[in-house]
Amino acid sequence: MNNSPYSLKPASVQSVMLRVLCALLPGIAAYVWFFGAAILVQIALTSVTALAAEAAMLALRGKPMRQFLTDGSALVTAWLIALTFPSIAPWWLTMLGTLLAIIVAKHLYGGLGQNPFNPAMVAFALMIVAYPQLMSQWPAVGAADFAAQLNAIFGPRQLDAITMATPLDALRTVLRDPEQRAAIAGLLGSHATFGNIGGKGWEWVAVGYLAGGLWLIQQRIITWHMPVAFLATLFAVAGLFTLIDATQFAPPLFHLLTGGAMLGAFFIVTDPVSGATTPKGKLIFAAGVALLTWIIRSFGAYPDGIAFAVLLMNIAAPLIDMYTQPPVFGHKRKEGEPR
Amino acid sequence: MIARLFKFKGGVKPASHKDESAAAPIRVAPLPSHLIIPLRQSARAMARCLVQPGQTVLKGEMIAAAEGPLCTAVHAPTSGTVRAIAPQPVPHPSGLPAPSVILDPDGQDRWIERQPFDYRSVPAQETRTYLRDCGVVGLGGAGFPSHVKLGPGEKGIETLILNGAECEPWITCDDRLMRERADGILAGASIMRHIAGARRILVGIEDNKPQAIESMRAAVQRLGEADIEVVAVPTRYPAGGEKQLIRVLTGIEIPYGKLGTHFGVQCFNVGSAHAIYRAVAHGEPLVSRVLTLSGNMTHPGNFEVLIGTPIRELLPLAAPRADTDRYLMGGPMMGVALLSLDTPVIKGTNCILAGSPTLFPPPPPEMPCIRCGECAKVCPAELQPFELYWFSRARIFGKAQDYSLFDCIECGCCSYVCPSRIPLVDYFRFAKGEIWAREKEKAAADIARERYELRLAREEREKEEKAAKLAAKTEAGRQKAAAALAEAAKPAATPEEDAKKALIAAALERARAQKEQVHPENVSDLTPEQQAEVAAIEGRRAEIREMAKPHLRQDD
Ligand code: SF4
Ligand code: SF4
Repeated sequence: MNNSPYSLKPASVQSVMLRVLCALLPGIAAYVWFFGAAILVQIALTSVTALAAEAAMLALRGKPMRQFLTDGSALVTAWLIALTFPSIAPWWLTMLGTLLAIIVAKHLYGGLGQNPFNPAMVAFALMIVAYPQLMSQWPAVGAADFAAQLNAIFGPRQLDAITMATPLDALRTVLRDPEQRAAIAGLLGSHATFGNIGGKGWEWVAVGYLAGGLWLIQQRIITWHMPVAFLATLFAVAGLFTLIDATQFAPPLFHLLTGGAMLGAFFIVTDPVSGATTPKGKLIFAAGVALLTWIIRSFGAYPDGIAFAVLLMNIAAPLIDMYTQPPVFGHKRKEGEPR
Repeated sequence: MIARLFKFKGGVKPASHKDESAAAPIRVAPLPSHLIIPLRQSARAMARCLVQPGQTVLKGEMIAAAEGPLCTAVHAPTSGTVRAIAPQPVPHPSGLPAPSVILDPDGQDRWIERQPFDYRSVPAQETRTYLRDCGVVGLGGAGFPSHVKLGPGEKGIETLILNGAECEPWITCDDRLMRERADGILAGASIMRHIAGARRILVGIEDNKPQAIESMRAAVQRLGEADIEVVAVPTRYPAGGEKQLIRVLTGIEIPYGKLGTHFGVQCFNVGSAHAIYRAVAHGEPLVSRVLTLSGNMTHPGNFEVLIGTPIRELLPLAAPRADTDRYLMGGPMMGVALLSLDTPVIKGTNCILAGSPTLFPPPPPEMPCIRCGECAKVCPAELQPFELYWFSRARIFGKAQDYSLFDCIECGCCSYVCPSRIPLVDYFRFAKGEIWAREKEKAAADIARERYELRLAREEREKEEKAAKLAAKTEAGRQKAAAALAEAAKPAATPEEDAKKALIAAALERARAQKEQVHPENVSDLTPEQQAEVAAIEGRRAEIREMAKPHLRQDD
């Protein structure tokens, strides 16, 4: 038997996942800075829940516990759930979301590497449909009163002092009110919710994600295709419609720096298991997610559309892959044709 | 000058580990206690044995002759006595023994009479035959017969490429050869250029071998021939893969199933060029080669070794460390683990690598594929290994072939990088093997089906013939009656006009022809008139038979 190669590059699923977690740290730091430490509580909550659920499912499925529990994939899902859910959401909400992600979206579909849908996005979509109210209460910038935030998470909840509409929500409210609509440009500059561009505080979190994402590209864990296609498409379509009617549609930079756009571009759309894998397929997949995101943000009933956009494109991923197989070495030109 | 280098996609950069063995000059390995010379030295064909047990042979004496187009001759690597001709373990992944000549050296190492071959005054075909009879095959590992590669092909060879890339980690035999015997290599290249009618020669060497590059460049100066260029190519495994090197130097991509000659380019290992030089200029058939002993050894180095030397006898030269747990033939990326140390060095053996648990640790447990795409990024064949893996594992071999399974060159890059530690290449080798086995089975089944159908047809025919004979008998009886009737009353027998009867008549005719019996016996003593009468009837019958023939043919 021939079992070459005999020397292997030091690489493991664990190291890939750990580096993804590391790349999230700058964004998390900014999050804590602007919105308080609640997010850390959520991360702890989702992490413990995810690991417990993972361990239970591995035991049930008779999989080697140590090998899979330490692979880090459950933690990545957990952190993404914590970062996409409101950081002052009640504890049972994030926990429920995490359990659904790990048990249903991951293990019932076959476990690591087999899930057709992004588990974190399944959790987000299910929860926002089930508890739209709770999923829309976001911490206010500067209102980092940790005690109040802890109360919000573990009860009794007194939200008024610490919540605020997110920029996307505020925008939505404004756009729904014909009298205020005309002033969208002025509003973006002045309103307390909207920092300089994408919402007070949120743009710095976005910059944190961007930094982490760029590092992931440098580490060869993700390729440039998805983030670039996602951000460029979002920018282009938002820009186009701003040109058409600036009073109705938010400007492109707003779209890029608000909501989950950066997190989505580098950490969610790029989930390799549930996304497209060929270079061309990645471009199509991410562009599709961006387009759907913009449509849902602009016309849909939910404030941020990335989760639904990702899930919709997950369905299409195998098909996209099938039709974008890159040409194989030596088969690019017609036979015998000179170079 | 070539204007620019091209790039091949993918590739990896494993630790090169060249320094261990590259420093020391090539040493000549001592004569082993015995030699095991497999009769199958070139890739696909077995040579015909020419010697008997007990026979004494000289060094370089042909002991097996080339048979068939892909075969090359085999020679005695030293002088001595043939002990036996028997199946022996050979370094092949299958691990199956192959017929070999076992030779006991007499210690004299006496050559046959050696004479240079005047390749300039004979047609190229003759030189190729000469190379075949000198047993020259590719020394890079695949062992493809050089005389075949030098053949004219479809387009002829425009560019001759010498492969000195040596991209596998640890191996340095080509490096040393280029440093020490550059003139011989280039002389061989020049001979090849003459045979193939090539215009230019490009020598590709990975840029991690500056001394080899310098040595070869100096040799080009000394040789003073036009259109020879030594090109430093970027160090990246598998830059020494034939297709990759051709791509890097010329931009030509040779797809699976095509040969270099389809594109006017052909690639030879530098060792092969040197062997050709020895054969042509010195009349020495290929009986030894340079190989690297390295890995988990205290004295790694390069050695000139007789073909057929048992590997066990080589190892002391480099002194493997105590914790060595296996030996590879070839490098760590594409090498084959040796099942037995009694296997001999063959012409394609470029390296014996000692492995230890620290050097080549057993791979960690396999995880599921996370579709990270890393394998696709490094695949020099530009495949999607994870898709191939999925189809191979699920035994959906048709799909695997749709995704170009057979374009995989088994370089191992994908396995090398996979974070899930999936032995991807093993799956591809398995899938290829299964597909080949199925094709073979199918071919066998086709033959069987054909045989079965033939048998059915034969039985059918026999049945028909039997029926025809039976019909002939009854018809003969009826004719007897008719003849008797004709004798008695001489009425005109009514011609049978319907096709059915004609059919029987035709069968009758066939049966008769078989018996070579033109007339029924009972008419032999007829009167002339009667005979004329019968002849007339027969004539009409013949007409009817003619008319019925098209029907017969259709019915067939
Ligand atoms: S490198 Fe391994 S885990 Fe990644 S896609 Fe390829 S086979 Fe799957
Ligand atoms: S072994 Fe085959 S599939 Fe893997 S990298 Fe090499 S050519 Fe590609």
